[in-house]
Amino acid sequence: MEDFLYFFSFQDPNVLMVVIGISLLSISAAMVGTFTFLDKKALVGDAISHAVLPGVCLAFMFSGNKNPFWIVSGAFFTGGLCTYAITWISNYTKLKEDTVIASVLSIFFGVGIVMMTQLQQTGNASLSGLDHFIFGNAISIVRKDLWVYGFLALAIILSILFFYKEFKVMVFNRSFAESVGLPVKRLEFLFNSLMVLAVVTGIQAIGVVLMAALLITPAAAAKFWTDRLDKMLWIAVSFSLVSGITGAYISFVLPHMPTGPWVVIVLSLIAFLSFFFSVKKGILTKWIARRNYQRKIHSDHILKALFGAREKGITNLSVESIFNNFPGKSFKTQYSINKLINKKYITDNQGSISLTKKGLTEAKRIVRLHRLWELYMTEYMNIAPDHVHDSAEKLEHIITPELEQKLDKNLNFPQADPHQSIIPRDQDKS
Amino acid sequence: MSFDPNAFIIILTGSMIAISCGLLGVFLMLRKMAMTGDAISHAVLPGIVIAFLISGSRHGLAMVIGAGLVGIIATVFIEYLSNKVKLQSDASIGITFTSLFAIGIIMITFLANQIDLDQDCVLYGEIAYVPIDLWITGSGTIMGPRVTYLSLINLTLVSLFIYLFFKELKISTFDKEFAATIGLSTVGVNYGLMGMVSYTTVSSFEAVGAILVVALMVVPPATAFLWTKNLKRLIQLTVALGILASFLGYYLAFFLNSSIAGAMASVAGFFFFLSVILNRKQIPAIKKKLSKMKVA
Repeated sequence: MEDFLYFFSFQDPNVLMVVIGISLLSISAAMVGTFTFLDKKALVGDAISHAVLPGVCLAFMFSGNKNPFWIVSGAFFTGGLCTYAITWISNYTKLKEDTVIASVLSIFFGVGIVMMTQLQQTGNASLSGLDHFIFGNAISIVRKDLWVYGFLALAIILSILFFYKEFKVMVFNRSFAESVGLPVKRLEFLFNSLMVLAVVTGIQAIGVVLMAALLITPAAAAKFWTDRLDKMLWIAVSFSLVSGITGAYISFVLPHMPTGPWVVIVLSLIAFLSFFFSVKKGILTKWIARRNYQRKIHSDHILKALFGAREKGITNLSVESIFNNFPGKSFKTQYSINKLINKKYITDNQGSISLTKKGLTEAKRIVRLHRLWELYMTEYMNIAPDHVHDSAEKLEHIITPELEQKLDKNLNFPQADPHQSIIPRDQDKS
Repeated sequence: MSFDPNAFIIILTGSMIAISCGLLGVFLMLRKMAMTGDAISHAVLPGIVIAFLISGSRHGLAMVIGAGLVGIIATVFIEYLSNKVKLQSDASIGITFTSLFAIGIIMITFLANQIDLDQDCVLYGEIAYVPIDLWITGSGTIMGPRVTYLSLINLTLVSLFIYLFFKELKISTFDKEFAATIGLSTVGVNYGLMGMVSYTTVSSFEAVGAILVVALMVVPPATAFLWTKNLKRLIQLTVALGILASFLGYYLAFFLNSSIAGAMASVAGFFFFLSVILNRKQIPAIKKKLSKMKVA
């Protein structure tokens, strides 16, 4: 708790610096990532993040220290080379893009590992922080780093805002972008550069292996809350900020913990919660909607059964005979009967069920829709009367009042369906 | 250079791992699942750690089963995300493997003082230690390097899997609809392949690390694919490239004093880029020359 207050009151200028640094990089990565995600280039981001390793090592070899300027330049160089290699090889050979991405990624990483192990063998003391670049350590950010990484992140954010409209058109409709005369090739080059830069800004805090997650996961999670690009950017940025700062805090409390994995864990947690509980598209939401729909269908069928009995002159049905109508579904049927009683559609008089007035109206509506649809199918689609029942069984639950009106009008307010059953209406007496 | 038994053991082990990976990689590549292979090799990490924690050793059945299961779970999960959650497939792969890999790294960091696994080992393995990690039986007889035996078992099982199910793999790779029509379980073949990929990752993990396994899985088949389209040739060439990568990789690493696994990946990468550069025009000409030589 003490740590918590100390960290979040920002009384320590170092902590403040780390938080500013990781916030800027989370924001820029999430913004770039949203566009990469929509452009279906998520795995190119993964390749770039692995490919900056040889660049980082090259920078060490040349400069002999951890000067952030050299590191960023080296990383940007190999990251860019990797992007170029992927595009070039997938255009000029018959290899599939995913094979090319996986090959280039692992080759660059392999070369990086060779360089890194060789550097470690030299035993240079100033290289001790080299492995921070693999899994990241936000706490190792110092003032000099912050200037470089912060400046880059700001540049990325501003470029995205400045070219927002152009990128939007490019991602959603490339041929339209070309036809309105946008320089798509140049925009793409700019965008790829921004993607490499976004990865590069993250290498010290998040590390090369997991930086891809910062591009992919916030956008994927945000997609489940909105379909609008501007909102999606905001949501992705806030998810990314929350996880970035949490990761930095954990590294602060437990200094031997690498930051990258923790940021990724928090991000993934947010993403999975979004997948399951999102109001619009979550798995749970869909599941509940489907179950409610199935329950409604079942209740509709019970009402129909009661109405059918009524047409034959029986106003009451015993609970058992309703159960017998739906063999093997007694639990579901009991539930629906209870629900219908609660809604006052039916009454239960010592095990004998009858429709209330309200229930009768509803039952008539369902049967009417069923029969109207059957009639429409035979009259307008020339389908034989004995083939229309199944389709009507499905559509009776779906047809809206507006559609019902239109059907009724087009069929000229018919009296009977193709099987000569009367189409029940509210004004009928019975 | 005189004969060095240690070098021989390392190159032998490296070649066997490279062949197992390459054999599976050919099918991964043809099924457009190269990135899924990448994802699995990252994702088995938590399985390795848990199995290590339970069984207390880096070897044994628990390890193989544990990690194999995690690999299959990862595959199921990727498919669940893209089919049921309706997330685009590249993002499903990306999210699944980064989250599982992150969990694995955190576990390793937490348990650093309890288990003999560290982050470096995850990254690039320690094939150089293979000759000194000996398998000693209960009675004290020294049977030789342990990892070499493990990779031999792995290679045997992978070859057997491909030999036995060659027809199934081939048909379901090239014509899924036809495979389903003749009653082949394409899902079964798929999970079988993914299971073998996970098992191979686990078995090779100690020698080459979780990330460089991918290099051996994807790069030799991709290189071979630039030279031939015939499946049997593809497999032969992949095997040859795997052996070459491990042979040259060892001496490159010896020369540079660096990680052997990294050097193997670099050598494989060199051949890949060379083939890509040659591929545009020269490969057809070279092939013609080769076939003429055969005739003569």
